[in-house]
Amino acid sequence: MSVDIVNADCSADLLTRVEAALASNTPLRIRGGGSKGFYGRAVDGAPIDTRGHRGVVSYDPSELVVSVRAGTPLADLEAVLADAGQQLACEPPHFGAGATVGGMVAAGLSGPRRPWVGAVRDFVLGCRVITGQAKHLRFGGEVMKNVAGYDLSRLMAGSLGCLGLLTEVSLKVLPLPRASASLRIAMTPATALAKFAEWGQQPLPISAACHEGEALNLRLEGGEGSVQAARERLGGEELDAGFWRELREHRLAFFADPRPLWRLSVPVHAALLDLPGDQLIDWGGAQRWLKSDAPAERIRAIATDAGGHAACFTAGMVDSPLQPLPAGLLRYHRQLKAALDPKGVFNPGRMYAEL
Amino acid sequence: MNLLYDERLDGPLTKTDRQTLLAEMRAAVPDLEILHAEEDLRPFECDGLSAYRAVPLLVVLPARIEQAAAVLRLCHARRVPVVARGAGTGLSGGALPLEQGVLLVMARFNRILELNPAGRCARVQPGVRNLAISQAAAPYGLYYAPDPSSQIACTIGGNVAENAGGVHCLKYGLTVHNLLKLEVLTIEGEPLTLGADALDAPGFDLMALFTGSEGMLGIVTEVTVKLLPTPRVARVLMASFDSVDKAGRAVGDIIAAGIIPGGLEMMDQLAIRAAEEFIHAGYPVEAEAILLCELDGVESDVQEDIARVRAVLERAGATEVSLARDEAERARFWAGRKNAFPAVGRMSPDYYCMDGTIPRRHLPRVLKGTAELAEKYGLQVANVFHAGDGNMHPLILFDANQPGELERAEALGGEILELCVAVGGTITGEHGVGREKINQMCTQFNPDEIGCFHAVKAAFDAEGLLNPGKNIPTLNRCADYGALRVHGGKLPFSELERF
Ligand SMILES: Cc1cc2nc3c(=O)[nH]c(=O)nc-3n(C[C@H](O)[C@H](O)[C@H](O)COP(=O)(O)OP(=O)(O)OC[C@H]3O[C@@H](n4cnc5c(N)ncnc54)[C@H](O)[C@@H]3O)c2cc1C
Repeated sequence: MSVDIVNADCSADLLTRVEAALASNTPLRIRGGGSKGFYGRAVDGAPIDTRGHRGVVSYDPSELVVSVRAGTPLADLEAVLADAGQQLACEPPHFGAGATVGGMVAAGLSGPRRPWVGAVRDFVLGCRVITGQAKHLRFGGEVMKNVAGYDLSRLMAGSLGCLGLLTEVSLKVLPLPRASASLRIAMTPATALAKFAEWGQQPLPISAACHEGEALNLRLEGGEGSVQAARERLGGEELDAGFWRELREHRLAFFADPRPLWRLSVPVHAALLDLPGDQLIDWGGAQRWLKSDAPAERIRAIATDAGGHAACFTAGMVDSPLQPLPAGLLRYHRQLKAALDPKGVFNPGRMYAEL
Repeated sequence: MNLLYDERLDGPLTKTDRQTLLAEMRAAVPDLEILHAEEDLRPFECDGLSAYRAVPLLVVLPARIEQAAAVLRLCHARRVPVVARGAGTGLSGGALPLEQGVLLVMARFNRILELNPAGRCARVQPGVRNLAISQAAAPYGLYYAPDPSSQIACTIGGNVAENAGGVHCLKYGLTVHNLLKLEVLTIEGEPLTLGADALDAPGFDLMALFTGSEGMLGIVTEVTVKLLPTPRVARVLMASFDSVDKAGRAVGDIIAAGIIPGGLEMMDQLAIRAAEEFIHAGYPVEAEAILLCELDGVESDVQEDIARVRAVLERAGATEVSLARDEAERARFWAGRKNAFPAVGRMSPDYYCMDGTIPRRHLPRVLKGTAELAEKYGLQVANVFHAGDGNMHPLILFDANQPGELERAEALGGEILELCVAVGGTITGEHGVGREKINQMCTQFNPDEIGCFHAVKAAFDAEGLLNPGKNIPTLNRCADYGALRVHGGKLPFSELERF
C-alpha cells in the first residue's frame, strides 16, 4: 500500500470501556470525528471515542472488498482506495475534516450518486460490533453474497450507534469510472423534475442529478463512449466537477442561509413540492433540501403527503429531528433495542427519545 | 444425519389436534381455502430440497391479506407454528413444513398492483413470479434486475425471504439492493410497513433485516421493487481454459482491470458436458473450464469492454475466446448456464446443490479442496458458479436408492461448506440456511453471535412460532453437533489459518 495511514488495534480498550459502562449502568455517547454530531438528538452519556481504533485490516482490490476499523478517518480510507483506482461509490458526506468510517456507517448518509449505485447500507458486507452483553462479535463477512443468519451488518448502517459499538466494517468498493463529465442547463425546477423522470427511464450514464438555483446539474460517468455521446446529446454548458463535492458537503451558497436545514426524502417521481422556504432538489428528485423557519409539523405533513419523510439537519431546533415512527413500528424498534442493548448504554435517545 | 425437526435439539412444539384446529380455522377465517386430507397435503410436504419431507397439520391458501392476518392471529393464540411458502423452489428446506405446524401458502397473491414507469418501481403481491415482473415492465423499457435461475417459478416473496441472487448480481445487486418497500404481517397479524416509496425511511433499516430472514420475522404481503432501464445492448464472451486454476485467476484479473461485468459465470468440465448434452449451447466439451462474461450497457462502452476483457482473458491463458454473434447465440450460451442444475440432474439419479461463497482469490484452492473431498467420499462433483462474486455451487451427484449415498453426499457437502468458512467465506450465498445448513451455522458463528440472532428473533416473535427450527440453530443443537465434529480435540481444517 503506497498510501501511509496509521494502524492501531484498540478494540480491547473499547471492550473494557463498554464492560465498565455496563457494570455501572453508565450510558455511553459514541463518537468518532464528531463531524455528524448535529444529526439526531443530543446524547447525555460518557463519551467513548473510536478514533484510536483505526487502520485498514485487509484490502485486496481484485476482491472489491475493504475491511477497515471504525475509527479510521474517512479521508484516509478514500485515499487508500483512490490509490488503487477504486472508491466508496455511495459518496458519503464527511461534514468535517475528522469524519470516521464508523460514523459514516452509523449515520448511513449517502452522497449524490446514491439513487444510481445505492446507499451506504448497500455497500456494507460485514461488521464487528461490541454488543450490550460486552461481547465483540462478527456478522456478515468479506464476501459479496452471504445470507447466513440475519443481516445484522446492514441493520447497523444508519442505526446511529443505538444497537452497539461498531469496531470494524467490511465494505464493497467499486472501480473509479473511466470517464466523467458534468454539465449545467438553465431550467425551472418543474422542468428539471420532468427531465429527471424522462431520463431515468433511459439507459443514460447519469450518476448525479440536482436542481439548484436556476439550473439543472448533471454528472455522467461510465465509459468514454457513452459519456461523450450523452454529453453531446444533452447539451448544456460544462460544470466544474467540484460542484458535486460542494453539494455533498453542504458548502454551496444555498446551505449558507441561516434558517434551519431540512432533508425531505420523497419518491423520485414526487411533483415539485410547494415548500415554505427555499429548496434544492437532489438525487434526481428523491431528496429535497429545504431552508425554512416553518414549524416541523408543517414540513413533515408536506413530506408525508408526498409519500416520504423529513429530518431536520440543524441541531437543537426540534425535539425529534428524525421523523417520529408510527406506534407499531416504534414498538418493534424498542424491542429490537432491548434485545441488542438491554441496559440501554449505547447512544440512548440519539435516534428517538424512546430508544 | 436426519434433518427433520427434532424437539430434543430444536425445542418443544405445541401438540395440536388437526381436527380441532381445522374447526377453529374455519370458524375464525371465513372463505379460507384449507387443505387437511392426507392426499391434499402431500404435494406440499417438501420444497426444492426434496430429500426432506414432512406433512403439515394443515395447508392454508389465503386469497386476501385479511385472511392471512387472521390465520396468524389464530396460530399465535393457539401457539401453532407457521411456515410460509411461496413457490416452494427453495433449495435449503426453508419452506419444509412442520408436522405440528400450519403451512401458509402465499402463491395465490399473484397480482401486480402497480407499475410506475416514472417512479421506476412496481408494487406487487408476494406470490408474483420473479420473471413476471420483468415481463410486465418490458413494454416500458424497464426490468427487475435480480434473476435467479428459477425465475420462471419462484415468487418475489420467496426472493425477499432468501435475499435471492442471480447471474447479474455482481453489477446489479441482490434482492436487498433492489427493494424499496415491504408490507409485512407479524406473527400477531399486525401489519407493518418497512422501507418507503422514497429511497429511505426513518428508523432502523428493518427492510434490510427482513430481507433474507427466511420467513422467521414476519410474513411478506406486498413488495415494491425498483426497476431499471433495460440496457441497450448485452454481449457475452465465452472463454475456454485448459485448467480450472487459470479460469479462476482470470476472474480476478477482469475485476482488477476495473471492469464490472453484468454477469461472470464459470463452469467446470463435468458441468460443461452435462449442459452441452442437455441444451446444445455450443460449449467446448474438451475444456476444463469455461467463463461466460456478459457486458451490457451502451453500445460504445460495451465494444470497449469486450476488447479489454478479451485481452485480459487471452493474457490469462484462455485457449479460445468467442463472442456470441447474435442475440440467439447469446441466449443459447446463457441457457446452458441457467439449465446447468437440471442438466447435471440428468446425469445422475440425484444431485445435491451447495451454495458457499468465498473470497475470489481462494477459488483455485477451494476447487482443489473440493475435488479432494469428492475423491475421499467416492462421489462426483460438478462445479457451476457465480464466479464474479465468489458464489460456488458444487453439485454433488449421488443415488439416494443406494444405501448410505445420501448420507455420504450430505457429509461431503458439509465438509465443502466448512472449507468455505475456513478460507473466510460463508456457508450460503443465496439459497439460505433453511433446514439444510442448520448445523454448519454452528461452524460459521460462535454461541454469542447465535445468541444475538435469537435475541433479534425474539424481538419480533417472542414465542418462536414463525418457521421454528430454520436458519438459526439452538445452542443445544450446536453443542450436539460440536460433540460430533470435534475429533480428538481438533476442529475441522484446524491446520488452516482462521480469517
Ligand atoms: C433450478 C433452481 C435454480 C435456482 N437458482 C437460484 C439462483 O440462481 N439464485 C437464487 O438465489 N436462488 C435460486 N434458487 C433457489 C430458490 O428459487 C430461491 O431461494 C427463491 O427465492 C425461492 O422462492 P420461492 O417462492 O420458491 O420460495 P419458497 O421455496 O416457497 O420459500 C423460501 C423461503 O421463503 C419463505 N417465504 C416464502 N414466501 C414468503 C412470504 N411471503 N413471506 C415470508 N416468507 C416467505 C419460506 O418460509 C422459506 O423460508 C434456485 C432453485 C432451483 C430449484
